[in-house]
Amino acid sequence: MLESLESWSWALDGWIIAAGALCAAASALLGPYLVLRKMSMMGDAISHAVLPGIAIAFLVTESRASLPMFIGAAIVGLLTAIFTEWIRRFGKVDEGASMGVVFTGLFALGLVLVVQAADKVDLDPGCVLYGAIELTPLDTTTVLGYDVPRVVITLGAVALLNLTCVLLFYKELKITSFDPALATTLGISSRLMHYLLMTLVAITAVASFEAVGNILVVAMLIVPAAAAYMLTDRLSVMIFLSVIIGIASAALGHLSAIMVPAIFGFGSTITAGMMALSAGVLFVVAALCGPRHGIIIKLIQRRRFAAKCLGAPH
Amino acid sequence: MPDNPRENTDRIYLFVCFDPMPLLRKIILSLMLWLLAVSGSPLSAALGHDHPTATRYESITDRSFAWPTVDEWVRVLTLRDYNTRVVLVGTTLLGIAAGILGCFTLLRKRALMGDALSHATLPGIGIAFMLAVMTGGTGKSLPILLLGAAVSGVLGLAMILLIRNLTRLKEDTALGIILSVFFGAGVAVLGVVQSMGKGHAAGLESFINGKTASMVASDAQLIACVAALVVFFCVALFKEFRLICFDAEYAKSQGWPTILLDVVMMSLVIVVTVIGLQAVGLILIIALLIVPAAAARFWTERLVVMLMIAGLLGAASSLIGASLSALLPNFPSGAMIVLTATVFFLISMFLGAERGVFIRWANRWKFEQKVRRQHLLRAVFELVEGDEIGAGTPAYPISFQDLLAMRSWSARRLSREVGRAVRDGLIIETYAADRKINFTQQGFREAALVVRQHRLWELYLITHADIAPSHVDRDADTIEHVLGPDMMAELEALLFTTGVPASPHKVETQALPGH
Repeated sequence: MLESLESWSWALDGWIIAAGALCAAASALLGPYLVLRKMSMMGDAISHAVLPGIAIAFLVTESRASLPMFIGAAIVGLLTAIFTEWIRRFGKVDEGASMGVVFTGLFALGLVLVVQAADKVDLDPGCVLYGAIELTPLDTTTVLGYDVPRVVITLGAVALLNLTCVLLFYKELKITSFDPALATTLGISSRLMHYLLMTLVAITAVASFEAVGNILVVAMLIVPAAAAYMLTDRLSVMIFLSVIIGIASAALGHLSAIMVPAIFGFGSTITAGMMALSAGVLFVVAALCGPRHGIIIKLIQRRRFAAKCLGAPH
Repeated sequence: MPDNPRENTDRIYLFVCFDPMPLLRKIILSLMLWLLAVSGSPLSAALGHDHPTATRYESITDRSFAWPTVDEWVRVLTLRDYNTRVVLVGTTLLGIAAGILGCFTLLRKRALMGDALSHATLPGIGIAFMLAVMTGGTGKSLPILLLGAAVSGVLGLAMILLIRNLTRLKEDTALGIILSVFFGAGVAVLGVVQSMGKGHAAGLESFINGKTASMVASDAQLIACVAALVVFFCVALFKEFRLICFDAEYAKSQGWPTILLDVVMMSLVIVVTVIGLQAVGLILIIALLIVPAAAARFWTERLVVMLMIAGLLGAASSLIGASLSALLPNFPSGAMIVLTATVFFLISMFLGAERGVFIRWANRWKFEQKVRRQHLLRAVFELVEGDEIGAGTPAYPISFQDLLAMRSWSARRLSREVGRAVRDGLIIETYAADRKINFTQQGFREAALVVRQHRLWELYLITHADIAPSHVDRDADTIEHVLGPDMMAELEALLFTTGVPASPHKVETQALPGH
């Protein structure tokens, strides 16, 4: 099993893990807010819905330059949040359903546009889904005399942006997540905070899109945060743990992408998928062993309580 | 909002208690059973066996856009091509099944469950393929792949329910976790499959992207079976599904196996998604499960009608979308179906007869109009009445300035309201020295009714709701506009039994001499 690691090289695999970890950190910073606001599916919706933005940017600029695609996708990502809110409010449609209507509609539109553009560009839907994190180290630019993969720089910038926003608006985001009515009386616009969060999610999704595929960003937006939620009751601790779990599952994911298939005698598999799966495994561990809200501790407590009710003398 | 809350509750009550005519139910049931029985073999005979026609476009990268000729329109619309016929029948049946099932998941507030479950099928498909290849098969056998998909979908469903029930995480997070982790696992498995190097993993991609255009008769038959199955369950378990959609707690307290019913409902969702994956692709089957049902909700408050409309919209979107895709080059059918459904949704959202945006705006505007009118009439009445009591002689007409002081309304708004009332013949305006206002006979009668409602409600609040007399005026102000005639009758009866309490409006009359 370990011989499958023989081809390990820090120059290649180190950068892959770095890209995955940065994507995980950027997403995991926002995840706790999504989980607490019961908007976990928003990451999924936005990351699907950005397709028309990318296609339109391509059809307008006729090039595969990253910046127009990035801007187009980020705008459509934000539009997804706005449309969902409109349909929910004006149409009085259940939140999940309005999300479903918006993102499937936009995705279908994107698909039609992509097919129109198909002869000029290779927008492979598979690439959109799983990304090409394995190719990360190949596309480098020089920063301060070092060769650094372009993807790592992009994701690093996004992670920094998210960190700045979370630190800057920590209080506002916290209060609007837990008590929007109180926030309004204190003069904090919960709608503004909602759209700030959605903008950050859209930017993160789009930046990760090309590099690591949208499956990884959807997983990293929800799963580490949910695992952290099982471990603590404090928001600051939860964000910290969420980032740690995200980074850990990125590293674990890349290792297992190389090692696990080897156990069964296959070659390595798609890293992004294994990173999502590792996050899932870490979540299961956290859900079982959480100190106060874990399933095992809950069961023991319930047993003890039942025994006390039945047997304990007064 | 409807004007009358009681009318509304009656409607909700009807919604819950409406029982479809047993006869109708029996007919549909037997029809479904028949369909289930016959859909196996003769469908292919019904579809016919023309030779598949060659596609008009040599290469998929051909971007030249040409409007279809009249001849092509006729060919597609009269179902003359074997391919088109199969695709249209298959997608339409899928649209019906997904639309009907979608209503229940929507009302159960689980619209995104289909999203999570359809993603959760991927690892099953991959593993089934691997196992089939390892045991010597080609791995392309559809039943095995679908079985794998169904198993992993059920596993995903079980995990969602476990996370929701055993941890403090909410349903949306549970859905998100299962969706992303299972899909990640699926992607990883597909990666392994690709590295097996057998070269025939390519077909698995069609589960993500769909391959509507290349649907064959056996696919359509499978869809027909599933559609019949779904409709059969929805009709047979109609009452039970309706109960858990509207009041799951009540259903549980009445001893219904709510968890089992939920599992049945979600299993149907899994079946539809698994079949739909192949037909229209992963994202687009989610759309068929959500969009037609959400659109149907705007047209009716009755579940039976909603099911029919959703089925109809699902069928229509599939039919139109697939036809458009057959007519126009470079327009994938799955995406066209979803776009058609989205257009239907937008139309329904604005024009829907029951809950559409426009109708609700119109109702609201009408209601506000009525409230403004009643405010004016009551203000004028109270002035007239106060003068009468105060001076001992009626002091008509009242001045505009006095009226302005009655409520917090601007002079412009009041003028506009008075103008409207004048046009409707309720009030006469005179401009002698200053602006004076007086009731017409009809206006006086209507105002008396309004004031009576207001005071009866005040009476109720004082005697039965324990509201301090100094507050009742404001409280009554908000509710008096929606009191129905039967409520008024009840209040009158109350008046006879309890007698009239002291008036809460003593302010104007107390200080006046001779009272």
